[in-house]
Amino acid sequence: MKFSYYPGCTLKTKAQELEKFALNSAAALGVELEEQKEWQCCGAVYPLAEDEIGTKLSSVRALAEAAQKNEKLITLCAACHHVIKRVNEDMKTKDDVKNKVNNYLQLAQDYQGEAEVIHYLEMLRDEIGFDKLAEKVTNPLTNRKIGAYYGCLLLRPAETMNFDDPENPSIIEEFIKALGATPVKYPYRTECCGGYLSLDNKELAQEMTDNIMKSALKNEVEELVTACPLCKYNLENKNGKIAISYFTELLAEALGVKE
Amino acid sequence: MQRIGVFVCWCGTNIAGTVDIDQVKQAAEKIPGVVNVQDYQYMCSEVGQNLIKNAIKEQKLDRVVIASCSPRMHEATFRKAAKSAGLNPYLVEIANIREQCSWVHKNKEEATEKAIALVRAAVAKATLNTELVPGEIGVEPRALEIGGGIAGIQTALDIAEAGYKVDIIEKTPSIGGKMAQIDKTFPTLDCSACILTPKMVDASTHPNINLYTYSEVEAVQGYVGNFEVTIRQKARSVNADKCTGCGICTDKCPSKKAESEFDEGLRKRGAIYIPFPQAVPNVPVIDREECLKFKTGKCGLCERVCPSGAIEFNQEDTLVTQKYGAIVVATGYDLINLDKFGEYPYTEHPDVITSLEFERLTSAAGPTAGKFLRPSNGNKPKKVVFVQCVGSRDKSSRGKTYCSKICCMYTAKHAMLIKEKYPEIEVYVFYIDVRTPGKNFDEFQRRAVEEYGVNYIKGMVGKVFPEGDKLQVHGVDALSSETLIIDADMVVLAAATKAKDDAQELGRKLSISTDANNFFTEAHPKLRPVETHSAGIYLAGACQGPKDIPETVAQSSAAAAKAIGLLNKGKLVNNPCVSQVDEQICSGCLACTKMCPYEAISSQVIEVKEQGKIVKKTVAHVNEALCQGCGGCTVTCRAGALDLKGFMNRQILAEVDAICL
Amino acid sequence: MGRMKIIPDAKKKELQQILEISGENVKDCMQCGKCTAGCPASSSMDILPHQVIRLLQLGQLDKVANSQTIWSCASCFTCTTRCPRNIDLAKLMEAVRLTIIRSKGSSRLKADDVPGKIDPKMPQQAIVSGFRKYNK
Ligand SMILES: Cc1cc2nc3c(=O)[nH]c(=O)nc-3n(C[C@H](O)[C@H](O)[C@H](O)COP(=O)(O)OP(=O)(O)OC[C@H]3O[C@@H](n4cnc5c(N)ncnc54)[C@H](O)[C@@H]3O)c2cc1C
Ligand code: SF4
Ligand code: SF4
Repeated sequence: MKFSYYPGCTLKTKAQELEKFALNSAAALGVELEEQKEWQCCGAVYPLAEDEIGTKLSSVRALAEAAQKNEKLITLCAACHHVIKRVNEDMKTKDDVKNKVNNYLQLAQDYQGEAEVIHYLEMLRDEIGFDKLAEKVTNPLTNRKIGAYYGCLLLRPAETMNFDDPENPSIIEEFIKALGATPVKYPYRTECCGGYLSLDNKELAQEMTDNIMKSALKNEVEELVTACPLCKYNLENKNGKIAISYFTELLAEALGVKE
Repeated sequence: MQRIGVFVCWCGTNIAGTVDIDQVKQAAEKIPGVVNVQDYQYMCSEVGQNLIKNAIKEQKLDRVVIASCSPRMHEATFRKAAKSAGLNPYLVEIANIREQCSWVHKNKEEATEKAIALVRAAVAKATLNTELVPGEIGVEPRALEIGGGIAGIQTALDIAEAGYKVDIIEKTPSIGGKMAQIDKTFPTLDCSACILTPKMVDASTHPNINLYTYSEVEAVQGYVGNFEVTIRQKARSVNADKCTGCGICTDKCPSKKAESEFDEGLRKRGAIYIPFPQAVPNVPVIDREECLKFKTGKCGLCERVCPSGAIEFNQEDTLVTQKYGAIVVATGYDLINLDKFGEYPYTEHPDVITSLEFERLTSAAGPTAGKFLRPSNGNKPKKVVFVQCVGSRDKSSRGKTYCSKICCMYTAKHAMLIKEKYPEIEVYVFYIDVRTPGKNFDEFQRRAVEEYGVNYIKGMVGKVFPEGDKLQVHGVDALSSETLIIDADMVVLAAATKAKDDAQELGRKLSISTDANNFFTEAHPKLRPVETHSAGIYLAGACQGPKDIPETVAQSSAAAAKAIGLLNKGKLVNNPCVSQVDEQICSGCLACTKMCPYEAISSQVIEVKEQGKIVKKTVAHVNEALCQGCGGCTVTCRAGALDLKGFMNRQILAEVDAICL
Repeated sequence: MGRMKIIPDAKKKELQQILEISGENVKDCMQCGKCTAGCPASSSMDILPHQVIRLLQLGQLDKVANSQTIWSCASCFTCTTRCPRNIDLAKLMEAVRLTIIRSKGSSRLKADDVPGKIDPKMPQQAIVSGFRKYNK
């Protein structure tokens, strides 16, 4: 199984573990992730304005490269995934964006949304399968009560992201189960952590993460996992009681490849 | 040479204001064959009609052209007048100089010119008109009711009382529909069972009504007055004639894992079961998916305990074919599935329920014997939150764009039912708009607020967070713009109504149409609300759109009146303007059979003489009772063997020539 | 409190611009309040999300543009996902923000402010997002 792989800035700096464990695990699972050669920052937030084109170009470059290789594009960071997936949807459905972007990029072949971008978790669920994954677990995380923190970017808007039920998702819980641990559902697992508000309105972001952590604690969550570096930062900011890690770290641990 | 009379109507100033009547008259007089031309202010009035009648008699007219309004308006009037003067009504022709001329033009000169052209065309056609005589078809004096909810029951009773036989086909094991599940009914709060059960019994005992429960429509053939319906009676596995309804079998059945449909899954039922105590007929049915005998071959306990030997495991579905003059569709509605509304954790939390589940929870015959208790722990709730419009007025892919119409009223009812039994329970209702038009409806809803102290909050609930043994309801009061949090014990969701999933399929069998939301379409939203576009098929109840019981019953009686009117005719006159096949020209390609939307054309083998020998030949054959005279086949036929009586190709061409040449 | 003057066409041009940037039609909103009811950032908003739409419907763009609300919105798309009228309110919030920060010298976040706002653990993603959201 071979995929094009888009890492994104944060994975090369503050979130190196997210990537390291993902790559180790992929190797253990027999999945080849080939990092794209000249990827550029996705911009971290999807440009919501209908008239923005420039900020979508880097995503299209990544997508076009994958399309050209005829490979699916794998992402790890929830933010990158969100941006690239939505830009891809624009390239499929919005003629105006499609025309302008192609005019600008002058690729060998016009890009029209042919590539498929999937998140690493989707790769585990849909390409490998959670039951197959469970079979490969050498070090089951028995007796650990782990909560999934989904956040916003993987789930919403639901129709474009098409990742899971936006109000009652289950993919990370199934993932946790496959690793031998006990998933704990708590009501705030899809609530927003404040995201980039932590830059400009720290108080509000803290209030938002506070609600999430309270909900997790009340439901006796012992560890939290996430796929987003900014979520991890925001959640860690507030609390000391619950350990927060990237889902890939758990994966590497269960597969016995967490050096 | 014909003797044609032309009658030009002023229609007050409607026509005369834009068309120069005198010029039209002068032009008409010059057309060959026209022997008499008259005008009048209102030709449709009695005076106008007499003018025509007298002219027919005195001038011995053999064709009549009336230049007036659209034939849709008064063709029938003028044909009747002609008939009473002894002229075949199909020798009357209308030139529409109102809708097609005076109303759409301003310039008098041009309008007059056009009116003259239209009159010339009508005269040209009239010249070629022939006498047509409508045929007659018999009407089977029996009606079919599809669906045995309150709509089906009411219509059946009305038709039966008028003296006609009625059969009811009900899909489930008992008649009653959703009304049987309801506890009390707005706006009077009388007990639903008390008013419905007697009607159910009346339906089952009426000498003119015959029930096919646990049955479905398999196929429909025929046409108005003469439908032929095949009914599939599903195997009940219980012989209804032998069964006394004692219920021993249902008590003893060891397989009790199935969820009771009647109790909305709040109670279990056996594999052999009677849906509810007042079921009609009071005969159990075996759910073969649940029955151990069918699943494993072992068990058969019911057969052993049945004192009347009524259990028949080897029963099979049976097909019955019956003739009907009229059909009434009354298949009702459903509530949408709430799986996609994860913000209200209906699928996750037992204390989040639908409004229909609420009905069962307050019903004295329900799973809690009428005590209002939390399904999660059996305790009495302290705070209950109702959320209206869950999926209604919702343009997203999760919901329905329309207003479900009944929820505002039943939610007010639910709130009052709680308050009446337990005044200490706090009740909140989140609404977007309260819509309660109807007799005594708004007063009813206001009573909930003013007398019972129900807290109505204009706004929506964003999400319900289960926390400990509470449900934290996050909402907004849009009027004060305060965000709210309510620590509720129960949340009741007014789920949107929807058409039955199989509505389209049934519609196809019956050749009746459904709208964008899969509700059956009425022939005219205002003037023909209970008819469909297929003659002889009528609509009653919520299958045509969301409705409460008063409206359902009113519509049901209206549908019954229409059906009785049809059955009462005994014979139907059919439109003589139907297609006819020239068998000499027909090559038997049968392209017309495929295009006919009414399935009125079939093939037949005839014997013809060819070069002295008798040979067999396949030709198209038109069923005059089914043909609606649309004319589609006449343009499909390559050989030109088909022609529409009253609108023959040469008649149409004569009109065109009269206008163009 | 003085009376609000509703002159439907007063802000026609600006409202048209909002509509074009966001691609959303504020007339679709029936004021159910579901957006507000679920908004995780509402506690620090001076005008609630459903009021934002209502004010836009009434042509009161200035009130929205001068609010704290647009800067409290986290673009979490909770409202977007739940709106029964299919309105993407997050896009409208963005459009109003953009009308402000796109005009010269009105960026909310200046490069000089950044050092004071970050800490060593903060991921790049936050800084990039902040710049994209608050600066043009
Ligand atoms: C929670 C709730 C509370 C309500 N409370 C009130 C109230 O207090 N007062 C009031 O006026 N209204 C109330 N209503 C509305 C009421 O339920 C409807 O007005 C009424 O049931 C409509 O009757 P119907 O016969 O048209 O449809 P239904 O009751 O749905 O009956 C249709 C029947 O047709 C059968 N059927 C369906 N498809 C087929 C098929 N293909 N072949 C054969 N049979 C078929 C069904 O099994 C069913 O028996 C309430 C509704 C709800 C959801
Ligand atoms: S949820 Fe949608 S319809 Fe309801 S108030 Fe908000 S924007 Fe308007
Ligand atoms: S996108 Fe903004 S307005 Fe909408 S729910 Fe999230 S924070 Fe609130």
